[in-house]
Amino acid sequence: MSEPKLDLSPSPSDEVKTTTCYMCACRCGIKVWLKDGSIRYIQGNPAHPVNKGVLCAKGSAGIMQHYSPARLSRPLLRVGERGKGEFREIDWEEALSIATAWLKPIRERNPDELAFFTGRDQSQALTGWWAQQFGTINYAAHGGFCSVNMAAGGLYTLGGSFWEFGEPDWEHARYLMLWGVAEDHDSNPIKLGLGKLKARGAKIVSVNPIRSGYGAVADEWIGIRPGTDGLFAFALIHELLRTDRIDLDYLVRYTNAHHLVIDDPGAADDGMIARDGEGRALCWDRLGSSPSPGEREGVMDRADSATPPQPSPSEEGEGAENQAYRHALGVVAEGAFVDADAPGISPAVVGEYTLPDGRRARPVFHLLAQRYLDPQYSPDAVAARCGIPADTIRRIAGELAQAAFDSGLTLPIAWTDTHGRRHEEMIGRPVAMHAMRGIAAHSNGFHTCRALHLLQLLLGAVDAPGSFRYQPPYPRPIPPANRPGKARRADGTLDAGPLGYVHGPEDLLVDANGAPRRIDHAFSWAYPLAAHGMMHATIRNAWAGDPQRIDTLMMFMANMSWNSAMNTAETMCMLTDKDARGQYKIPRIIYADAYASEMVAYADLVLPDTTYLERFDAISLLDRPISDADCAADAIRHPIFDSATQPDADGRPRDVRGFQSVLLDLGARLQLPGMVDAADAPAYRDYADYMVRHQRAPGVGLLAGWRGAEGTLEGKGPPNPKQLEAYIAHGGFWHAPIPESARYYKMANRDYLAWSQQMGFIGKAEPVVLQIYSETLQKFRLAARGHGPVQPPERERARVEQYFDPLPIWYAPFEGEQVEEQPVESSLSSAGKARGERAAECTNAYMSSAASPATPPDGDRGRFPLSAITQRPMFMYHAWGSQNAWLRQIATRNYLYVHPDTAARYDIADGDMVNVDSHNGRITVQARCVGNVQPDTVWTWNAIGKRRGAWRLAADAPEGRQGFLLNHLIGDRTPKGDYVNADPVTGQAAWFDLRVRIERAAVHDEISSQPQFPTISVGNVSPDPLRYGAAFRKR
Amino acid sequence: MTGLPAPSQRKLGLVIDLDTCVGCHACAVACKQWNAGGIAGPLTDENPYGAEPFGVWFNRVHSYEVAGLGTRDPGLRRQDAGANGEAGPKGGAQERSVLGKAQAESAVPMTVHFPRSCLHCETPACVTVCPTGASYKRASDGIVLVDEDKCIGCKLCSWACPYGAREYSAVEGVMKKCTLCVDRIYNEQLDETERVPACVQACPTRARHFGDLGDPDSDVSKLVVERNGRDLLPELGYKPTNKYLPPRPRRAGATTDATPVTPSSAGESLDANQLPPVLRWLDRVLSR
Amino acid sequence: MNPAFSVILFTTLSGAGYGLWFWWVLDAFSLGMARIGPERWFAWLLAAAVGGVLVTVGLLSSVFHLGKPARAWRAFSQWRTSWLSREGVASLLAYAAFVACFAGLYFGRSDLAMGASITLAVIALATVCCTAMIYACLKTVPAWRQPLVLPGYLLLALHTGGLVHVALFVLAGVQPALSAQSLAILATTSLACAWVKEGYWHAIDRIELPSRAAATALEGFGDVTPFERPHTEANYLTREMGFVVARKHSRKLRLFVLLLLTIVPLLALLASALLHGAAVFALPLAALAALAGAFVERWLFFAEAKHVVMVYY
Ligand SMILES: Nc1nc2c(c(=O)[nH]1)N[C@H]1C(S)=C(S)[C@@H](COP(=O)(O)OP(=O)(O)OC[C@H]3O[C@@H](n4cnc5c(=O)[nH]c(N)nc54)[C@H](O)[C@@H]3O)O[C@H]1N2
Ligand SMILES: Nc1nc2c(c(=O)[nH]1)N[C@H]1C(S)=C(S)[C@@H](COP(=O)(O)OP(=O)(O)OC[C@H]3O[C@@H](n4cnc5c(=O)[nH]c(N)nc54)[C@H](O)[C@@H]3O)O[C@H]1N2
Ligand code: SF4
Ligand code: SF4
Ligand code: SF4
Ligand code: SF4
Ligand code: SF4
Ligand SMILES: [Mo]
Repeated sequence: MSEPKLDLSPSPSDEVKTTTCYMCACRCGIKVWLKDGSIRYIQGNPAHPVNKGVLCAKGSAGIMQHYSPARLSRPLLRVGERGKGEFREIDWEEALSIATAWLKPIRERNPDELAFFTGRDQSQALTGWWAQQFGTINYAAHGGFCSVNMAAGGLYTLGGSFWEFGEPDWEHARYLMLWGVAEDHDSNPIKLGLGKLKARGAKIVSVNPIRSGYGAVADEWIGIRPGTDGLFAFALIHELLRTDRIDLDYLVRYTNAHHLVIDDPGAADDGMIARDGEGRALCWDRLGSSPSPGEREGVMDRADSATPPQPSPSEEGEGAENQAYRHALGVVAEGAFVDADAPGISPAVVGEYTLPDGRRARPVFHLLAQRYLDPQYSPDAVAARCGIPADTIRRIAGELAQAAFDSGLTLPIAWTDTHGRRHEEMIGRPVAMHAMRGIAAHSNGFHTCRALHLLQLLLGAVDAPGSFRYQPPYPRPIPPANRPGKARRADGTLDAGPLGYVHGPEDLLVDANGAPRRIDHAFSWAYPLAAHGMMHATIRNAWAGDPQRIDTLMMFMANMSWNSAMNTAETMCMLTDKDARGQYKIPRIIYADAYASEMVAYADLVLPDTTYLERFDAISLLDRPISDADCAADAIRHPIFDSATQPDADGRPRDVRGFQSVLLDLGARLQLPGMVDAADAPAYRDYADYMVRHQRAPGVGLLAGWRGAEGTLEGKGPPNPKQLEAYIAHGGFWHAPIPESARYYKMANRDYLAWSQQMGFIGKAEPVVLQIYSETLQKFRLAARGHGPVQPPERERARVEQYFDPLPIWYAPFEGEQVEEQPVESSLSSAGKARGERAAECTNAYMSSAASPATPPDGDRGRFPLSAITQRPMFMYHAWGSQNAWLRQIATRNYLYVHPDTAARYDIADGDMVNVDSHNGRITVQARCVGNVQPDTVWTWNAIGKRRGAWRLAADAPEGRQGFLLNHLIGDRTPKGDYVNADPVTGQAAWFDLRVRIERAAVHDEISSQPQFPTISVGNVSPDPLRYGAAFRKR
Repeated sequence: MTGLPAPSQRKLGLVIDLDTCVGCHACAVACKQWNAGGIAGPLTDENPYGAEPFGVWFNRVHSYEVAGLGTRDPGLRRQDAGANGEAGPKGGAQERSVLGKAQAESAVPMTVHFPRSCLHCETPACVTVCPTGASYKRASDGIVLVDEDKCIGCKLCSWACPYGAREYSAVEGVMKKCTLCVDRIYNEQLDETERVPACVQACPTRARHFGDLGDPDSDVSKLVVERNGRDLLPELGYKPTNKYLPPRPRRAGATTDATPVTPSSAGESLDANQLPPVLRWLDRVLSR
Repeated sequence: MNPAFSVILFTTLSGAGYGLWFWWVLDAFSLGMARIGPERWFAWLLAAAVGGVLVTVGLLSSVFHLGKPARAWRAFSQWRTSWLSREGVASLLAYAAFVACFAGLYFGRSDLAMGASITLAVIALATVCCTAMIYACLKTVPAWRQPLVLPGYLLLALHTGGLVHVALFVLAGVQPALSAQSLAILATTSLACAWVKEGYWHAIDRIELPSRAAATALEGFGDVTPFERPHTEANYLTREMGFVVARKHSRKLRLFVLLLLTIVPLLALLASALLHGAAVFALPLAALAALAGAFVERWLFFAEAKHVVMVYY
C-alpha cells in the first residue's frame, strides 16, 4: 500500500504584502500572497489590532472582487438617454476636462450648485475638506441614511458612541446586551469578542425581532417588536429605579445627574442648567452647610449665599409631593450650591432647591426618576406593546443589576481622576451593551439610543471595566466642537467643514425665514442635529429644486439608484425626469464607482475607481478610526497592483484611477485653495502625497504614525516624507497602546485625557461630563417656545418642542402611526398630493400601488399590521457582494421570511409568492416560513436583489429575477408626505419603520419577483467555468 | 489502496463549536480560496455570473431552527396573538395570565448554524468503495484524501459519504474534498502559528479548533471531553474524527439569582406608599 | 438519488445481457454443445452476440458516465474492497470466458468450451451480483441497503435476459431447446419479479432516514428544521442526491413497472403457449416490455432512494 507523494510544503507565494481589507468598512489587516503575479491567497494579519488574524467571508473572497468582471475599465461619457447605460469610453484627460468645465462655472457662480455626496468610503477627511475648499454646503457622506442616530445619540450624550466608536469590554464583560445588531461595522472585532464571551461563559442577550447570527448564539433572545426598544429600556430603567439598583456615585461623578435644572416656565432659560457666574453648572451639596470661601476647592463664591432647599410653593393646594418635601426637609436642612464639578462634595440628586436668584431648580436625576418611575413605563405597562412578558423585563433588570453590582469585579490598576485623586483600583461594572441600526433606523432612534445610554449610566456601565468602552479619539467634548460650515470666505471656501455638530439653533443652516439652506435639508428645523447630512433626501430635493436648483450632483461609492435609495422606483424616475424644456431636472450627474453598479447607468460622466488592492487609502483618525478601546490606530491601503497591469474580464487593459487622486487633480484644475501651490500648480502629486504632506492643523495630518522628519513622533508632528514606507514596513497600520492606567473611566481619567490631548484628539485635557440631560436639546425647545434669536418657523414649532426633550422619550415610529391614522382610501392620494405629484409618470409603470381593500384584511390589527425589516447578511456587503463569484453562491436570491403562525393566518405556505403592500406600493416576492422572527415582523436579507443586467450578471441571474429589495416599499417621505421618512432630531433614515401587509399572490408558474425594471446592458460575461487557482497547481 | 490503514495514533481533525458559530460563512469562503490554489484546486465554479452558479465547496454552512421543547405550546401562540394588537399599557396583565414564566422560557426555540465538511472518518466507506484507489486515508494522521491523478470520477465515494463531504466537479472530471489543508498544516514555508487549516485560521469567533483527536491530552480532546463533543450519525459506524460541540443550554431563565431585587435603601424613614418614590434618594449621601 | 440515464441504461442492458448469456449457456448446456445442430447455429450465435452487445453497450455507457473514461482501467485495481472494482473485474472475466468458449469451439475443444461456458454463466450472474452490491453496500442510502436488492437485480437480469433469449430464438425461427420449460420458467420469473419488487417497495416505504438532530449533533434539543441552506441554488449534493420523485408519480410508475415486467410478459407467454404462431410477435413484445419495465424500475430504484445527506437539506 503506497500513498501518493504529496508536496506538503508548497511555496504559497512569491511575495506577501500586508494592507487593509476593503471588502467592507471594518478595515481588517490582510496579508496578500502573490504568486506568478496574481493573488494566491488573502489571509487575516495576525498582528493587526482590528482582526488579529481572522478574516470574514467577504474578506476571504477578495480575490473574486479584485478580478471581478464588473470592474469598470475606463472613464465613460453618457451617449444615450440617462438610465439606459449607453456610454462612450473616453480617456482621463477628456473626462477631467469635462468635469472641470462643468464645475468651474458652478464654483464661480454659486458653489452650492454642486451637491457632492459620498457613500461607503472612509475618505471623508479628504472629501469633506474638498467640499469645503470648493465652497459648497451641499456635501455629506452616507451616515444620514446609515446610523447617525447612534453616532449623534452617543456623541450628544457620552461624547462617544456605539457604532464603531466604542466597544464592549470583551475581556471583562459578564453580561452583554445586543440591541438591534446584525453585523455592525466592527464585524470581526464583534465576532472575536463574542467568541471570548462565550469561552468565558458570559451571558449574551439579543434584543432583536429576529433570531439569527449573533442572536442565534445568544443565551437569551428577546424578540422585541420593532421600534419599541425605547419603551423596553424605560421599563428596565423603571425597574432599576424602583428597586434602587443604580450607581448614584457613578452618576454624580461622571454625569450631570446632580446638575440643577432651572424650573421657570416661560423663561428663556427654563430647563437649562443653573450655572454660576463663570458658567459652571451648579449642584446642591448636602455637606456644604457653611463653606467659607476657599475652604473647599472648587466651590464657587456665591455658594455661601445659598438658601436651604425650600418646599415648592404650591399653587393649588398641596400635593403629596410637597408634603413629602416638607416631611423630608427635616432630613436635609443644610447644604450649599456649589460647582457641580467640584471634588469632595456630596451632591443631592433629588429635591427642589431655590436658587440664589429665587428660582426653583431640581437635579437632573430628580427629573429622570420622576419621569421613568411613572407607571406608564412599568414592565406591565409596556409588555404588550414591546411583545416582551413583564416578568422577563423584571428579570432582565434584576440580571443587569446583579451583573453590574454584585460581580465584585475590580481591576488592580491604579489610576488618577481629573481632580488628581488616586484610586487604587478600577471598579468594574461588567454589563456591556452594544446597539446598532435596529435602534438607529427608526424615526425614534435618536431618543432610543439616548435611552440606552441612560440605562448604561444608571448602571455605572460606561467605560468601567466590563462595560461599554470608548475607543480613542473618544470621548470628546459634548457636543463635539466642530460645527457645520455656514458661510463662504473671500476665497470661496467654506468657513468650516460642511458637516459638524450643531450646538444650538444658531448653528443651523437655515435662511432668514427658517427654511432649509442645504439641498438635503440637513441642519434645518426639520432635522436639526443631522450631523451626517441626509443623502436619502438629496435626489428628491435636487429633482424638486428644493431649496434651490443644483447643477451637478457628484457622487462617490453610493448606489443611490438602488439599494441605498428609499422609494427606489421613484428615485430612478427622478434621476431621469426632464423639465418642460426637455432638460434633465438634475442637470448633471458625475459618479465615481469601481464596478458596474445600478447607479452607473444614471451617470453622465463615470469616473472609474481602482479596486482596493490598487490604490492608496488612509484609514484616518480624522475620519472613522479603527482604534479599539486599548489603543489608537490608523492604517493605510497601498497598491498591491498597478491597475494598468490588471486587465478587465475581456482581457483589455484598464485605465482607472483612485478617486481620491482624481479629486485632488480636479481640485487643482479648479484652482481650489489648498490644492494648488503659489504657482497655481497642483499642490499634491496624488493622494499618497496628500496623505503624507497635508496638515489639517499644524502637526495634524491624515496619519498619526511615524510623524516628524525622523518618523519618531506619534499623533502630532510635522510631515514625514517617509511615512508611507514606515506604514508599509509595519504591515500597513500604526497603533499606539493607551497607558494601562488610562484605559478606563476615560471621561475623567487624567492620564487618558492627557494622552488624548498629546495625541491631538482633544484640544484640552478636560473631563467630559456625560449628559443624561441634554441642554443642547433644550436650547431647541426654548427656541420653539419663542426664545432666542434663531427660532423655528411657525409650522415647525410644535415638532421641535415635542422631539427636543432634554431627557429621552419614546414615541411610536411615524410610519406605523400614520398609515393607521388615515382613512383607507385616501392614504396614497393624499400622500401623493402632499409631496407633489409622483416623479414623472414613470414610477407607476413599475410600481403597482398597494391595493386598498375595502375592508382591511386584518381587521382590528390595522391596515398594515406587520413590520418589515432587513438584516445585513454576514457574507455580503450591500450591493457589491453579488458581483463576487464566490459570495453570490451563498445567497443568489432572497426570500421574505414569515413566521409560520403569521403565514397560517394569511393562508400562505412555504415557498408561495406573496404580495407585500406598503403605503408606498407593492412588491411580489417568494415567502419562506421560519420561526426565528417575532410573529408581527417579516424580514429579508438586505441588498441581495439586483437590477437585471447590473454588475455584469446574466440577465436571468436569480439576483434580478427572484431576488428583491424591500426598498421599493420604503417611502422616502412619511406616509403623510410632510417630512422625510426620518428621525425628527437627526434626519436618520427610518428604514425599519416600514409597515406592510401580505397576501398570497396569484399562483405563478415561474418564480419572478416584482417589480422588474428594464435590463441594464453593460455587456455579458463569458459563461465559461471559472477555474481560479488552476494555474497555481503544479501538475 | 482503498483498504483502510490500521487506525493511526494521530487523528487530525476539527472540533466545531455550535454554541459559538454565528454562521458567517467565513470558514467556507476561506476554505474555498485556500484550496482553489492548493493541492486540490481548482474548486471550479460553473456559471459563475449566470443563472445557476454551481461551484465546488469543501465546507458549507447550514442554518437550522431548533424548536424548543414546547414551542408549539398554544400558550406561546396565544401570547403572540395577544401581543399583536396595540393593546397599549394595559395589555400586560392579560398577557401574563396567558403566559406563565416557566412556560414562556422553556419554549424558546434556537437558531443553530452548522458548518459541514469532511470529518476524516476512522472507517469511511468513501474510501473502501473507491474502485481505483484514488480515495485513501493517510496512515500517519488519518487524513482522507483523493488522489486526483487516479480518480476516474465515478462519484461512488460521494454516494458512500453520509456527510456530504465530497464534491464532484464535472468540469474537472474528478472528485474533490476537504484536505484538512494538508498543504498548510505541515507547510514549513508558513509561519508556525499559521500551520492550521484555512477555515480554522479565518473563523472570526474562533468556533473551529484543529488538533490531534487521537491524543487524549491535546487541547481539542480536552475540549471534547469538557463540552461533551458529539459524533454525527454515529449509528452509521463511520467513526468520524471531527467532533461537534453542542450548544450550551440557553440561559433565558434563572441562571442568575434574578429574584426581584429588594429596594436596598429605600429610606426606611420614608413611607413608600405616601411619598413620591423619587424622594427616597433625598437623604442619600453621595460622594463625588 | 439522481437517476442518471447512463447508469440506468448500463444496469438495465448489462443485466439483460448477462441474463441472456446465462440462458444461452444453459440452453447450450442442456443440449450438449455437440447437439447444436446447424439449424440452430444462427439462433445460438445471435443470442450470444446480442448478449455481448447488451453487455458491451451497458459497460460503455457506464464508462462514459465517468469523469475520466480514459482512466477506466484503474477501476480494476481495488477488487479487495470495492464492489465497483469487483464488478469491473467480473465483467472482464465474463468476456474472457465468453471468448474462451468460442475459442474452445473453434479449436474443437468442446471440453474447454463447456467449461468456459459454465464459467461464463456463473460469472455473468456474479457480475450482476457485484452491480447489485455496489448499491446494497451503501449505508448512506437505506433504500438500497435492503435484502431484496440483490435478489431483485439477479431476478431482473434473468427475467429480461430470458425473455430476450426466447424472443431471439423465435425470431430466428427455431425453438429454444427448453421451449416448454422456458415459458414456464419465464412465467415464474415474471411473477417473481412482481413479488420481489412489491416486497422491496413495501420495505422501502417504511424506511426512515436518520433524524436531522442526530445528523447535526443536536439530539435532545428539539425538532431540527432547516432555516437556510448553505447556498440558495443547487449544488453537487442537491443535484446528485437530492432527486425526489413525488409519491403519486412513484405509485403510478410502480404500477407501470409491474405491467411491463409481469403482466405483459405473462400475457405474451400465455398467448405464445396457447395460440399457434403468436410467439413470433408475442415473445419479442414481452422482451421489449420487460426491458422497458426494467428501465423504469431502475429509474425508480434511484429516484425513490433517499440519501442520508439530504437530511441536512
Ligand atoms: N432596505 C434597506 N436599505 C438600506 C439599508 C437597510 O438596512 N435596509 N441600509 C442602508 C445603509 S446603512 C447603507 S450604508 C446603504 C449602503 O448602500 P450603498 O452606500 O449604496 O452601498 P453599496 O451598494 O455597497 O456600495 C455603493 C457603491 O460603491 C461601489 N464601490 C465598491 N467598492 C468601490 C471602490 O473601491 N471604489 C468606488 N469608487 N466605488 C466602490 C459599489 O460598486 C457600489 O456601487 O444602504 C442603505 N439601504
Ligand atoms: N456583512 C456586512 N457587514 C456590514 C454591512 C453589510 O452590508 N454586510 N454593512 C455595514 C453598514 S453600512 C452598516 S450601517 C452596519 C449595520 O450594522 P447592523 O446595524 O448590525 O446591521 P443591520 O442589518 O442593519 O441590523 C439591524 C438589526 O436590527 C434588527 N432590528 C430591526 N428593527 C429593530 C428594532 O426595532 N429593535 C431591535 N432591537 N432590533 C431591530 C434587525 O433584525 C437586525 O438584526 O453594518 C456594516 N457591516
Ligand atoms: S470584516 Fe471582512 S470584509 Fe470587512 S474588512 Fe474585515 S475581513 Fe474585510
Ligand atoms: S466525511 Fe465523508 S468523505 Fe470524509 S472521511 Fe467521512 S465518509 Fe469520507
Ligand atoms: S470518484 Fe474518484 S475517488 Fe471517488 S470513488 Fe470514484 S474513483 Fe474513487
Ligand atoms: S480543513 Fe481545509 S479543506 Fe477542510 S474545510 Fe477546512 S479549510 Fe477546507
Ligand atoms: S467561520 Fe466560524 S463562526 Fe463563521 S460559520 Fe464558520 S465556524 Fe461558524
Ligand atoms: Mo450603513
